[in-house]
Amino acid sequence: MEAILNGGSLGRASRRWSIDGWSVGAAVIAVLVGAPIVTILVLALGADDNVWPHLASTVLPHYVKTTLGLMAGVGAGTLVIGTGTAWLVTMCRFPGRRLFEWALLLPMAVPAYVVAYVYTDLLEYAGPLQGALRAGFGWASKADYWFPSIRTLGGAIGVMTLALYPYVYLLARAAFLEQSVCVLEASRTLGRGPWRGFFTLALPLARPAIVVGLTLVLMETLNDFGTVDYFAVATFTAGIFDVWLNMSNTPGAAQLASVLLLFVVALIALERWSRRGQRYHHTTTKYKAITGHPLDGGKAWLATLACLGPVLFGFAVPAWVLGGYTVDHYAETLEAGVLTHVGNSLALASLAAVLAVMVGTFMAYALRLGGGPLLKAAVRFASLGYAVPGAVLAIGVLIPLAWLDNTVDGVAREVFGVSTGLLLSGSVVAVTFGYLVRFLALSFGSVEASLAKVTAGMDGAARTLGLGPGAVLCRVHLPLIRGSVLGAAILVFVDVMKELPMTVLLRPFDFHTLATFVHQYASDELLAEASPAALAIVVAGILPVIFLSRTIARSRPGGGDGS
Amino acid sequence: MPTTRAIALWIALTIPAVSGLGAAPAAADGGEVNLYSYRQPFLMKPLLDAFSERTGIRVNVVYAKKGLIERLKAEGINSPADAVLAADIGRLDDLVAADLVQPVDSPVLAANIPPRYRHPDGLWFGLTTRARVIYASKDRVRAGEVETYEDLAASRFKGRVCSRSGKHAYNVSLLASLIAANGVRAAEAWARGLKANLARKPQGNDRAQVKAIKEGECDVALGNSYYMGKMATNDKKPEQKEWAAAVVIVFPNRQGRGTHVNISGAAVTRSAKNRDGAVKLIEFLSGDFAQRIYAEQNFEYPVKAGVPLHPLVASWGDFKADTAHLADVAGYRTEASKIMDRVGFDH
Repeated sequence: MEAILNGGSLGRASRRWSIDGWSVGAAVIAVLVGAPIVTILVLALGADDNVWPHLASTVLPHYVKTTLGLMAGVGAGTLVIGTGTAWLVTMCRFPGRRLFEWALLLPMAVPAYVVAYVYTDLLEYAGPLQGALRAGFGWASKADYWFPSIRTLGGAIGVMTLALYPYVYLLARAAFLEQSVCVLEASRTLGRGPWRGFFTLALPLARPAIVVGLTLVLMETLNDFGTVDYFAVATFTAGIFDVWLNMSNTPGAAQLASVLLLFVVALIALERWSRRGQRYHHTTTKYKAITGHPLDGGKAWLATLACLGPVLFGFAVPAWVLGGYTVDHYAETLEAGVLTHVGNSLALASLAAVLAVMVGTFMAYALRLGGGPLLKAAVRFASLGYAVPGAVLAIGVLIPLAWLDNTVDGVAREVFGVSTGLLLSGSVVAVTFGYLVRFLALSFGSVEASLAKVTAGMDGAARTLGLGPGAVLCRVHLPLIRGSVLGAAILVFVDVMKELPMTVLLRPFDFHTLATFVHQYASDELLAEASPAALAIVVAGILPVIFLSRTIARSRPGGGDGS
Repeated sequence: MPTTRAIALWIALTIPAVSGLGAAPAAADGGEVNLYSYRQPFLMKPLLDAFSERTGIRVNVVYAKKGLIERLKAEGINSPADAVLAADIGRLDDLVAADLVQPVDSPVLAANIPPRYRHPDGLWFGLTTRARVIYASKDRVRAGEVETYEDLAASRFKGRVCSRSGKHAYNVSLLASLIAANGVRAAEAWARGLKANLARKPQGNDRAQVKAIKEGECDVALGNSYYMGKMATNDKKPEQKEWAAAVVIVFPNRQGRGTHVNISGAAVTRSAKNRDGAVKLIEFLSGDFAQRIYAEQNFEYPVKAGVPLHPLVASWGDFKADTAHLADVAGYRTEASKIMDRVGFDH
């Protein structure tokens, strides 16, 4: 996450404000949001049975190999699709470009596990594709032909690439839009072709942004359990659940989860180290509209196809399949009270989005104002929740909340002689807090990266004119970074709509969201019955995603992208 | 800024919706029972509705497939949950190990549930049983060719066996029963032999194994008895009827210790605020009415004697259930899970 990657802040301009309400507030929030992760680390210390010798001598090498394979596959896939399509729609002209600008984001609205269910349904032996092949070629049984199985590492890579490439696309596109065309034009006049210009200039310049996208993708890959479990791909995360549930060894599982966290931290540190001392500021202020390099004939159609593929397979096909089933099943879904679930999902996603953005902005601005290395480290630590498998993080949320509730209850009994019971545990507050812990990385990262682009001179000027830090944020920074803040809110909103494991475990009695409702059927392989609600999740995600795309297009310095 | 106004409007619209979410539902006359359920809502909802209708006791439920024990543990003595429903012996055993449940001494439960299917101290009660059977291809497996779990590891089944993940609770539990019967070394040798006979990498659920037999990928597979009923009567997905029609059910080890059975069950939490209501609910679930619904809708074997089986289940014939006490079998689960790792069953 940029939060973790981008150490630079404007602290040097503002050291003198370092101990103040902003720093204290940020520290308090970091402790609260970091508590679940600390809980997991503490749980890991409580093991009385050392699970490592057994794992190391049996399945651990396999977990590691599978996980690295999955990361490499999904990483490479999302990198190529995400940056490739972002470059095409930003810098080239070809049929359908305007449409693809936003359509390429649509797969973001489809939960990965739904993509997995849909493709298994389509591609299995009894599914329509193999059925048509058998009918077409006169094959009688499985022995007559070879067909790749989707329930493999390759299948998991394909599904997760389709579901996750929009993160890379989103950030790469924003970065390409910010680049000055003049730099590229200079390279062209110096004799470099468009390909070399892309690989030697545009791509290296966009590297920090692309890395942020890729980091999000890899964290999602590591925390996923639903897809890999369905595809019987034994990753490290599958191992965490195995130790937890089959060996009934919660501390052992917490140890595995802690190792996963260390791995993420190491990966991020390695990437930062590899580009140490490099700067990515734009050295020109000349932003003219990107006119776009017109592609001709065959090339143009190739570009169209390259953009169509991800949208078709990541969005259109799943949405079409869900739509087809919905026609048959919408009535019973409505009867099951799905409208209440729609309300719950929308309300929770909105609440979490607003909260995550407010907290993320507060923390990012507090770091800009000052705060020592300790505060920075604490804030980055608190945003690691994104890398932890949801069900494990939910345990991390449960324990401190229940501890707080029981402590309050104990005090109330002692002092007033009344029991308060559990105030927060098993309430909507607990669920919302869980979302904040999980998705703070998204909002904090986006806002911090965006704030870093506002020159410190702005702060100085505004302060000289008599504004306090809060007023500077509201009247100077927020209007400037409005696009990123909205973008962050939408990312959180869409992710919460899809969120499953934390909601399931933290929710109140008799409480459903669209995602828990879908899971209830889909986990029993009843895709058809789950379809109307799954489609509702997708539809609820489409509008914000289109809005997000328009915001980004407008975000180009100097205004407009020429369209 | 129009966007700011739009956001303000959005917040104004959603906050009332959210603030209503946490409100506790009004209690019905007979009070309420709070339930943490590992079992799925499809099966439980009609039963719980019937209970509320008869007793006036409202039942509030949180359904989750994992983590409810950790939630109960964290919430401690203030936990709102009065009872837990578990889908297998493993979770019931975990509840006891974590000291989260309390003993119940109920003459009704003692009469309805045979001792083998309840905890000796009344810490949990089995409500249904299901047999871990062998599905054998009608065409490609001769009568008598497979009669025991041990047979599946014999060399004549090389390349003919399908299985779901060896780490799935049902298979771990079966292997635990083999440890209880034959010891760790014999159980490990069996798991190794079974692995060597696999036709494909373990994958899919129990139904997927029957489907693989129908499609000719393998000839025998392990599965829970009730899936056969669910497939054979599946009008929504008629292709599943064809899968079911391609296999016969073999109840293994009829001549020896008997077929491994697992249970679903219930327990009263240590923190129960409405202990009486919770016991009433479990008594109801072990009674004739609920047991019949379990049998008819989920094709499970009722624990209560005299409750009729689903005709289809009855048509599979009688079987002898493994005589080992499930509480003892459950104690071998961790070892069983480690054996699956040692033989690399899934990889």
